Amino acid sequence: MNMMSEAAVEKALDQKMNTVPFKMIGKDVSVYYGEKRALFDVNLNVRENTVTALIGPSGCGKSTFLRTLNRMNDTIDSCRVTGKITLDDGDIYDPSIDVVELRARVGMVFQKPNPFPKSIYENVTYGPKIHGLARTKAELDQIVESSLQKAGLWNEVKDRLHESGTGLSGGQQQRLCIARAVAVSPEVILMDEPCSALDPIATAKVEELIHELRTNFTIVIVTHSMQQAARVSQRTAMFHLGNLVEENDTDKMFTNPDDQRTQDYIMGRFG
Amino acid sequence: MSTHIASVYDEDLKYLTRRISEMGGLAEQMVAESVRALVNSDLALAQKVISDDTILDEAERQIGEKAIVTIARRQPVASDLREIMGSIRIAADLERVGDLGKNNAKRVIAVATASLPRQLARGLEHLAELALVQLKEVLDVYASRSPEKANSIRERDNEIDAIYTSLFRELLTYMMEDPRNITPCTHLLFCAKNIERIGDHATNIAETIYYMATGAQPVGERPKDDTANTVGAIGT
Repeated sequence: MNMMSEAAVEKALDQKMNTVPFKMIGKDVSVYYGEKRALFDVNLNVRENTVTALIGPSGCGKSTFLRTLNRMNDTIDSCRVTGKITLDDGDIYDPSIDVVELRARVGMVFQKPNPFPKSIYENVTYGPKIHGLARTKAELDQIVESSLQKAGLWNEVKDRLHESGTGLSGGQQQRLCIARAVAVSPEVILMDEPCSALDPIATAKVEELIHELRTNFTIVIVTHSMQQAARVSQRTAMFHLGNLVEENDTDKMFTNPDDQRTQDYIMGRFG
Repeated sequence: MSTHIASVYDEDLKYLTRRISEMGGLAEQMVAESVRALVNSDLALAQKVISDDTILDEAERQIGEKAIVTIARRQPVASDLREIMGSIRIAADLERVGDLGKNNAKRVIAVATASLPRQLARGLEHLAELALVQLKEVLDVYASRSPEKANSIRERDNEIDAIYTSLFRELLTYMMEDPRNITPCTHLLFCAKNIERIGDHATNIAETIYYMATGAQPVGERPKDDTANTVGAIGT
């Protein structure tokens, strides 16, 4: 895992975003569901230790693009992906790639909190176990504590690790899912509207978490909330009708976007 | 520009635009009346300008409140955000213009006791005319939001500065001629400075409009021809 020191991250932020190296590169990415084309030659790169927000109206292809980044679309039979996506220069659609291993490197958090109907402890250890990341109970304990710490959940659940994960509140469940994703030490975390089922307080906690996670991980987040994109991301990409319309520094995107469609969408105007 | 999906939002923005235009009209009128009061020693008119200032102050407060509430409720972004921030800044500039007009009006009493040389009054009127033209044009540009026109106004502020400097020199000679002129001439000097400031505020507004329209700050230093601050220095 690429561990940049906090100072290094802050320094990287101070510099213009365009000097931050790319973690994932998407080149001419198109996605078809059967006959229907959902994405049109999208060229979008994801920068390291950066939160990249994907925004756009429903059906614009932002979630579809997100799912190409860890081959979640493979689970849909009719889905076909063309173009090239690389993770640290390695083609993730190369036939030699082990998809399970890819998804350990590129983790995912979904819209609805979906903890396993198991204990909090087992939710977190599930991934490390199947990937063989820990051999002893002590190692697993260590992973559970550090993952829950990183997800900002440790203090709330440390005394009831063996209670069911589904008994937690919605916000806690979502942070448990983030802890579960973090447990396998991924490099990239994909988030598909992680706060849309949460109240404002739980949302604020998850957003604070995203801010902290950025030190160690590269994050791509799909969100319907413009304000959330503005709050949590450094780069924002706007999709419309399967096309990438604009990708820019978030500050620029929300004060003076280049494209009229971006302008209309983020300002809530009729295009 | 296309309208918002939430029509109430458009109403809020229109309210700000309308109030700014009203403020602009009143500020313009106050400046014109203050100079007329000064030239004609019209105390009643001066009094009217002084009382009009409270209307302008109140308008600025109302615009500020509406802007705050709109930001809180709508979380504006991009050109909407620039529009609202611009309204706050322009309202503040117009409020200052009103204050300067009011300050001129207050000096009418002091100046009225001395007989003002006709030529001096002319110079002051001319300065005020230029400042008022600039203010009027900038308010027209506010209505049209044309960044090109905003830029051209910004580049013309040096005319006012040049006339202000020549008035400054002229007032100095009157004071040197007869010490009894010092009191009225000092007041007139402040009046001239006030009017020159009005030109600066018009330029500020032009810059704000440029930012509202383009999202970028106008490039380069604004032209300056105000050399009054070095008049009397050795070698000038």
